Amino acid sequence: MNNTAVKQETLLEVKGLTKYFPIQAGVFHKTVGHVKAVDDVSFTVKRGKTMGLVGESGCGKSTTGRVLLRLLEPTAGEVSFAGNDVFKADKRQLQRLRTQMQIIFQDPYSSLNPRLPVREIVGEAMLQHGIASGRRDMNERVIEVIGKCGLFPEQASRYPHQFSGGQRQRICIARALAVNPEFVVCDEAVSALDVSIQSQIINLLKDMQDEMGLTYLFISHDLSVVKFISDDVGVMYLGQIVEYGGKQQIFENPAHPYTEALLSAAPSFDPKARNNKKRIIMEGDVPSPANPPPGCRFHTRCPFAKDMCKEIVPENKELEPGHFVMCHKAHGLL
Amino acid sequence: MDTVKTKKVRDVRELSYWGSVFYRLRKNKMAMVSIVVLALIVLACVLVPMLSPYSYFVTNTDNKQMPPSVEHPLGTDDLGRDLLTRFFYAGRISLGIALIVVVLECIVGVIMGGVAGYYGGLVDAAIMRLCEMFMSFPFLMFVITVRALFGNSLVVLVAVLVLLTWPSVARIVRGQILALREQEYMQACEALGISDFRRIFRHLLPNVLAYVIVYATLGMASVILTETALSFLGLGVAPPTPTWGTLIQEARSRIVLVQRWWYWIPPGLGISVSVMCFNLIGDGLRDALDPKMKR
Repeated sequence: MNNTAVKQETLLEVKGLTKYFPIQAGVFHKTVGHVKAVDDVSFTVKRGKTMGLVGESGCGKSTTGRVLLRLLEPTAGEVSFAGNDVFKADKRQLQRLRTQMQIIFQDPYSSLNPRLPVREIVGEAMLQHGIASGRRDMNERVIEVIGKCGLFPEQASRYPHQFSGGQRQRICIARALAVNPEFVVCDEAVSALDVSIQSQIINLLKDMQDEMGLTYLFISHDLSVVKFISDDVGVMYLGQIVEYGGKQQIFENPAHPYTEALLSAAPSFDPKARNNKKRIIMEGDVPSPANPPPGCRFHTRCPFAKDMCKEIVPENKELEPGHFVMCHKAHGLL
Repeated sequence: MDTVKTKKVRDVRELSYWGSVFYRLRKNKMAMVSIVVLALIVLACVLVPMLSPYSYFVTNTDNKQMPPSVEHPLGTDDLGRDLLTRFFYAGRISLGIALIVVVLECIVGVIMGGVAGYYGGLVDAAIMRLCEMFMSFPFLMFVITVRALFGNSLVVLVAVLVLLTWPSVARIVRGQILALREQEYMQACEALGISDFRRIFRHLLPNVLAYVIVYATLGMASVILTETALSFLGLGVAPPTPTWGTLIQEARSRIVLVQRWWYWIPPGLGISVSVMCFNLIGDGLRDALDPKMKR
């Protein structure tokens, strides 16, 4: 077996993923429009790698993650996970996919049922999917998986309110890993934690990735975190991935003005770099996803926008191998 | 490590959920006293046929309107019946009605509210409109009409009270379930492929149950009061069956009020003490059922 070839295998392929939420008004809940939360998004995630998804709040990152797992029904598009069509899976196939694709949520407070002890929270899915053969087996497996996540065996009988935020996030991770998934969506998994705890949780996620060969879709608005953990990065703006590429391509050679602006906004610890850096300040707010601007969606805030940008939607072109950009300027058309 | 090792004493943290609820409830003195008092009242009501030598309905006109004495600690009424015996028989009916009404209204309310909240959409709209319909009935008018149509049996009284009170339970349950459905742990359940059955019985109901138990305890108090009011107005249980309400109703003339305190003080006390006990237990339970309360 060629090891590098295995590593480059595509685990998740997303094509034209679209999710519109209807806007209903009036007494009869007539649909008067759609919030275009995710609009024609395509990307691939390689097995054992981490794809970072960054963007401002409301740009559709979380929706993307949830639609992938069918926590929300998609409007259009195709997701293929290890050769299975996720959106066409019937109930039984979906149950099987549930053990292969997992999610870790942002808020470690609302994502744990306050009435159940850790043992039940983590072990429930093991019983549901027949991973554990009985309650005793479940108990042993729970202790093993929470141990991996940095909790003590005696903490299995405690309730969520008896833990700190960081510990709770460890429980959430243990719950997701309890079913031995291959792919985990980390939906702002560290955003609610303070910085010192963030690094512990990120390191835990990395260790688990090495140990279990996990593949992550790491959704975050925090560039430094994404830079640390990701192999590939997608930058989302208003429901679209405007730039997608390897970590180095995105962070060192950004081609889309939005990516540049995002990077320039991130604080730098290096004073020299700080002085050299040109801060790009974007004007205005993110337009409403219910009524996105025509042409390039970023033209209302782009410092380089020309007339062309207001009319023609830019193509998603490959600049260099693996580096895709949706921008007329980057394509040399301006 | 952000994990703190706590290996000192076996404290409240080691208990199961219901174990810790009971632990916290035991620390609430008012609630515990209320439980004891209420238990004594209930016990006496249950055992009264064995303890009392008198019947609650056989009249003895030679013995009427007797003041308290050794044979009749609370005297006798206009028809010569022992009032202490009647007091406890009345307690049986008053508390029994309250219990049956509350249990039935909670069952109906939890099912209707649960269905409305879990399935949403048209089902929800239909059930909520039904609730609003029942809640907008004028209470006394409805009771009088139903009694006129179906007579004044206990069954009719219970049915009327259940019919008029289940919407409040349904609303509480629906509201809770709607809020719980949006919690991320319910989404985690979906992502983990947890079955509907487990989701409803392990995640939703236990979270709703706390509210229902508190409501039920407080509901006991309000049903006792409602039944008293109806009996006092002559819309409650028919004589000779006594309830605390009918006992007070029998004492409503001015002469009785002024000269024969033993007619009306005991049932009045029975009502207020048991209502107060239920309210205090309800308050205690509300605190005890909140797992964030550490002590």
